[in-house]
Amino acid sequence: MNNKEKEIFLRKRYSAEKRFRFFGISSIIIALSFLCILLINIFTNGLSAFSRTEILLKINFNEKKLGINSSSTDKEIKQANFDEVLQDALLSLAPNAPELKQAELMDLVSIDATTELKKFYLKNKDVLNKTAEVAVTLSDDIDQVHKGNFPRDIPEDRRRFSDFQLKIYDEQSSKNKIISEFNWPFIFNADSREPEIAGVGASLMGSFFTLIVCLLLSFPLGILAAIYLEEFAPKNKITEIIEVNVNNLAAVPSIVFGLLGLGVFLNYFYLPRSTPLVGGLVLALMTLPRIIIPCRAALKAVPPSIREGALALGASKVQTVMHNVVPLAMPGTLSGTIIGLSQALGETAPLLLIGMVAFINVVPSTPLDPSSVLPVQVYLWSESAERGFVEKTSATIIILIFFLAFMNSFAIYLRNKFEKKWS
Amino acid sequence: MIKLKTIFITAVAVIISSQAIARDQIKIVGSSTVYPYTTVVAERFGKQGKFKAPVVESTGTGGGFKSFCGGVGVQHPDMTGASRAIKKDEMELCIKNGVTEILELPIGNDGLTFAHSIKAKDANFTKAQLWKAIAHDVVVDGKLVKNPYKNWKEIDKSLPDLKIEILVAPPTSGTRDAWDDLIMGKGCDEAFKKLADPKNCTKYREDAAVIEAGENDTLIVQKINSTPNAFGYFGYSYLIANKDKIKAAKIDGIAPTIEGIQKYTYPVARPLFLYAKKAHANVIPGFKEFLTEYTGKTAVGSTGYLYKVGLVPNAKETEEKVRDVATKLIAMKN
Repeated sequence: MNNKEKEIFLRKRYSAEKRFRFFGISSIIIALSFLCILLINIFTNGLSAFSRTEILLKINFNEKKLGINSSSTDKEIKQANFDEVLQDALLSLAPNAPELKQAELMDLVSIDATTELKKFYLKNKDVLNKTAEVAVTLSDDIDQVHKGNFPRDIPEDRRRFSDFQLKIYDEQSSKNKIISEFNWPFIFNADSREPEIAGVGASLMGSFFTLIVCLLLSFPLGILAAIYLEEFAPKNKITEIIEVNVNNLAAVPSIVFGLLGLGVFLNYFYLPRSTPLVGGLVLALMTLPRIIIPCRAALKAVPPSIREGALALGASKVQTVMHNVVPLAMPGTLSGTIIGLSQALGETAPLLLIGMVAFINVVPSTPLDPSSVLPVQVYLWSESAERGFVEKTSATIIILIFFLAFMNSFAIYLRNKFEKKWS
Repeated sequence: MIKLKTIFITAVAVIISSQAIARDQIKIVGSSTVYPYTTVVAERFGKQGKFKAPVVESTGTGGGFKSFCGGVGVQHPDMTGASRAIKKDEMELCIKNGVTEILELPIGNDGLTFAHSIKAKDANFTKAQLWKAIAHDVVVDGKLVKNPYKNWKEIDKSLPDLKIEILVAPPTSGTRDAWDDLIMGKGCDEAFKKLADPKNCTKYREDAAVIEAGENDTLIVQKINSTPNAFGYFGYSYLIANKDKIKAAKIDGIAPTIEGIQKYTYPVARPLFLYAKKAHANVIPGFKEFLTEYTGKTAVGSTGYLYKVGLVPNAKETEEKVRDVATKLIAMKN
């Protein structure tokens, strides 16, 4: 090989290396750009759901119309009828409106408007017989116009709101009576058929309870199973079969666990349908192999010298495992558990069969109350015809992504912080 | 330590068993078409404060009947929504499991619309033309052949010069059931029925002209909006909610209107039902009150919630008959 041949050979090697790098980088760029498109799409659709549109109405809290007085108890106030004062305030927006248009005025605000007035009154009881300016949530159609999600320059019969309603909205808007606020009800309310008052509160609580039940069951079971299989179990046919089955279970489609839950927990044990308790049990079955596998890997990664050292000092097998091996394997175990749980958080298919894909109007307070979970909420809203649910769907995805990112980065943090390097 | 444990375990056991015995909330399953209406009523019912809002699951009509007919008792749902009347085998399942007294409430109507983008020209199809566009096999010159039509014009000269592109619902969907029943079944050629099994009338072609678009009707609306040549079918409510993006084609010369759907003069209209178990009426709190609310004037009346979610209310006499069934708990004949 002369010098020239060497040079050509070298150049080839360099260019092969460059090509390889180029392919590597471009595949990362492609993957990242897909992620970016997804995120940009979700965020542009969903961010507007975090604000809600309100109208400032001059409400006259007339004693007679409300049927209460200054000494009324809170209970009486809650039962009082605030419809009339709300109607009066809305009608005063267009005093000369013909009767037919009056119903359109009523439709400007959310069906929850009277509840909002009650809340306002309970906080400010001194407004009785006075006029006060109260912010009331607008109906979702007007809300969508305000946010620019619904075009307003198309013919009237193609819209869900009339020219008249649009005129009132513009009038009030020019008087600065239309305001935007952070949408707290979206975070705290339960599901509703009215997009403007629908929230993820119930499904957030549902997800929380479901994950707690799942964690309480799958974490101890998973860790004990992993420790026994890895440290104590004799290596024979039976443990081999168990090992293969655990790996198999981790790959079983999640809907199968839903069927199991339906057959065993609901139809045999008669546990209440649609509850986080059953949801948690089903997801625990699904998560179990996904915890056992990383946990065993973490135990395997602890060098034998640790065990030998402990045994040499006279520790029993249990002491060796519990005092020396398990603590060292903990970071890997915990991060495995968290990743297993975050998979459980995003699961809908098994929950369909145990009745958690349901419309639930009440925020659950225990794991035995009917409830849905975040991904189910995404599914339910994506199916709804009303335009207001489009942004809600994306906003719920944003919340879900936020929680997933939080859990996964916590897992990485745990691993980096407590991981021991064996050198 | 041991004491604490026993207390804890008994507490859990008591909570679970007491839950299984008493239920203070109505449970409803069934059709995804009835779901929007049922949820609206459930929500308003809960807001009145006397009873908890019912839990409403969207399981599809068939799945709904399966769990509804599972038996009598608190672990079984109280009511189920359906986008068609109960079938004979479902009724038999119900009776076998002891669900003998069933209330049948035809609560309203749903119209299917064959819609396209508002940017496209208005169109009018007959049932036979629609069948020819979607069917897997058709009869040409007396012979059974695989559907050859690529352009609407090839089916009939009066139709627009457009590539056939139709987004359809998957076989599991109740919407597709209704479409197959009302369009594919009725539009099917006599000649085809002679040459092939009439059951195959509802078999869809598998080339690019017919695209299965998934259960999500909102998605179909979006796709139709972005491709002006494409058609799709879905419930009337989606047309009303998306009037700015899509419009309906006429079928047999009739455009979908509320009146047409109510009187079934519009060819693709179907009744919707709620089925309830009479045996649960005195066991589940709020059962009777909910049925009264469900069939009340503010709910199913001409401007009620039913209308607002895009379904079509019954004609006056039916409305009152249904209210009677609900308030007097008149079970249907088996």
